Amino acid sequence: MQVTEIMIRYGELSTKGKNKKYFIKKLLKSVREKLAPFPNLKVDANRDRLYILLNGEEADAVIESLTDVFGIQSISPVIKVDKSIDRAKEAVISLMGRHIEKGMTFKINTRRADHEFEYDTNEVNRILGSAVEEAFEGISVKMKEPSLTARVEIRQDGIYLSVQTIQGRGGLPVRTAGKGMLMLSGGIDSPVAGYLSLKRGMEIEAVHFHSPPYTSPQALQKAKDLAAKLARFTGPIQFIEVPFTEIQETIKREVPDEYSMTVTRRMMLRLTDEIRVLRKGLAIVNGESLGQVASQTMDSMFAINEVTTTPVLRPLISVDKNDIIAIAKDIDTFNLAVQPFEDCCTIFAPAKPKTRPKLAKVKEFEAAIDVDGLIERAMARLNVERITETDNTLDQQSDLFETFL
Amino acid sequence: MIYLDNAATTQVDGSVLSSYMDISTQLFGNPSSLHKLGEMSSGLLNQSRKQIADLMNVYPEEIYFTSGGTEGDNWAIKGTAFEKESFGKHLITSAIEHPAVLKTMAQLEQMGWDVTYLPINQEGVINPSDLKASIRPDTVLVSIMAVNNEMGSIQPLKAIGDVLKDYPTIHFHVDAVQSVGIMDLDLNHSRIDLAVFSGHKFHAPKGTGFMYIKKGRKIQPLLSGGGQEKGGRSGTENVPGNAAMAKALRLALENTEEKKQHLSHLKDQLVNYLTGFDKVSLFSPKGSSPHIICFGMKQIKGEVVVHALEKEGIYVSTTSACSSKRKEQTHSIMGMGYAKEDAETVVRISLGYQNNLNDIEAFKQAFAPIYQQLASIYTDHTLGN
Repeated sequence: MQVTEIMIRYGELSTKGKNKKYFIKKLLKSVREKLAPFPNLKVDANRDRLYILLNGEEADAVIESLTDVFGIQSISPVIKVDKSIDRAKEAVISLMGRHIEKGMTFKINTRRADHEFEYDTNEVNRILGSAVEEAFEGISVKMKEPSLTARVEIRQDGIYLSVQTIQGRGGLPVRTAGKGMLMLSGGIDSPVAGYLSLKRGMEIEAVHFHSPPYTSPQALQKAKDLAAKLARFTGPIQFIEVPFTEIQETIKREVPDEYSMTVTRRMMLRLTDEIRVLRKGLAIVNGESLGQVASQTMDSMFAINEVTTTPVLRPLISVDKNDIIAIAKDIDTFNLAVQPFEDCCTIFAPAKPKTRPKLAKVKEFEAAIDVDGLIERAMARLNVERITETDNTLDQQSDLFETFL
Repeated sequence: MIYLDNAATTQVDGSVLSSYMDISTQLFGNPSSLHKLGEMSSGLLNQSRKQIADLMNVYPEEIYFTSGGTEGDNWAIKGTAFEKESFGKHLITSAIEHPAVLKTMAQLEQMGWDVTYLPINQEGVINPSDLKASIRPDTVLVSIMAVNNEMGSIQPLKAIGDVLKDYPTIHFHVDAVQSVGIMDLDLNHSRIDLAVFSGHKFHAPKGTGFMYIKKGRKIQPLLSGGGQEKGGRSGTENVPGNAAMAKALRLALENTEEKKQHLSHLKDQLVNYLTGFDKVSLFSPKGSSPHIICFGMKQIKGEVVVHALEKEGIYVSTTSACSSKRKEQTHSIMGMGYAKEDAETVVRISLGYQNNLNDIEAFKQAFAPIYQQLASIYTDHTLGN
């Protein structure tokens, strides 16, 4: 039997009190956007659940898309049948059959909203339970912690049955928190920082520094591809390319090597903050993790952060590298991030950057360069591009490759 | 021309060849190059690997590109022997493997390894209990082919796998060169650790192949150099060849059930026809692969029949194409208990899915007069009975 609908349980938003309506509306919107490729679906929400009528669309594909949507606690495929105990038997056997193996235990959990129905809850439990026991060999009923639970709801308009509960991605619906500027380099960390921010409902715009010819078109494309990976969870992302060559050349020329990294980072943060004002953001997000590299010591962060009072959020500050990598693999940014392209952070990297830069010294060196002029010229040549999930080289190449394969 | 020698090699599929040519001229970059062209080649290579992995129902990381069956067998066997040398130097194989396996084993024997050759029964298959009996504490590898290339017998890989389940450290290698489209090795669920495939046996260009290495299994590389194929097989990747092979594999594995039925139907026709002649012996055992029919005319050297058929535009083989030009043929047939004189009569017809009933008719038309002529020359007297 075909799964006829999908039931979605809300994540944390069910506790959001007065704002609940707003959160549900946002969730409904992101579900509709995500499921746009399935035109026959009908999506409906009430205060407790969200229901998707499949109308013939393929359940597995829909569920897979839904696991990308933030704000969903869990997902259950449901079969709706007419109010007949025989049809319910068929449905429960069909649903159980997909998961059951020898030696498993199960129970039937019936709720009856329609009290007119000819059998009461216990009777339904018993009838469906025996039907399942008869249909499959080597399984038994167990009330406490069974391997499988079939949920049966008898409502006015039919009987709803489900067995499987698929974990959703959790988090809060996207665009419920406000906008942050993500400093997206092309490494492993910054996409993960972006992902974690998106997960808490933040809207993200990606800021990427590009220094041709020192950094390659491939490195720029890689950053865009990473943004496309994030778009999978949130819809299209604005990608802001900042021309950074003049600034890097000036710093290389004017600032002593051991301080060049600190000054470079300060320039990046200044620019990101300017862009934030322009784009009406409320925070800056980066992928810094304490102690990972020279720019991510407490001293460096103190010296770099000094250029702004805007909140600089660092979701990965206390996360170990291995845990970051695990998330990167989960969101499919890892393989892309480890491709070997020089980025603007590595190409001019001094042999021995200061891990404990002195703010006074930094300011002294910065006095030698025209900070305002450099920033003004970079801001004048920003390039903003909208990146969607499919706007990535892999997908595009993949289509070309398909023709050969 | 009617080509009935598909176990030797196959004609490259037209669309596979187009891919090969297009890639060779458009995406000819070295996958290791940093520029766009290199990146495209590397992307195509990855996608080809993924397609093969999906078709075989394994992980892309478990697929390694090679130049074909001989390289694969050499790599699997020597790679295991060298990797596990400190654990033991005993290898087990069957008496009827392809020379790429047997000669590799012989080479290792000269270098100090000990090899057990399992016998086959009259059906052309090994007995799993023989295998169990020959396992020793120092056994590191069992190498058994899937489908025999000479008479088509199918080895009991599942039963062999069951025996080996009790010996998790032994590598189980399968020469699966003749198996594509014929049997599903079910690599994902089987005990098989290493499996070798060759592109030109399924309408891909020659010089292509791939090997499956189960996750967690380690073998030494034979080719050292630039570290391609995760360090397992250095050498600039044959991107057009590998992509063409991925395509050929996709085509080969489309509608396999129908194709197998088609092959079986053709084989039945041939078997029924050939067994109608007094002086024809059929060597292909019951349950053998639907694409191989191995027979002989009593007292007539296989070569004579091959050339007689060739005159009629029909291409068949004596035995394994690799050894048929040399005199060391038919070890599989003799392994089944036939005398040398019988083994020398062997003719192998091997079918491809492009063959049809007309081809079989043409074969019959050609064979009948050849039989008449040859049977009349050799009287009972000359048969020496």
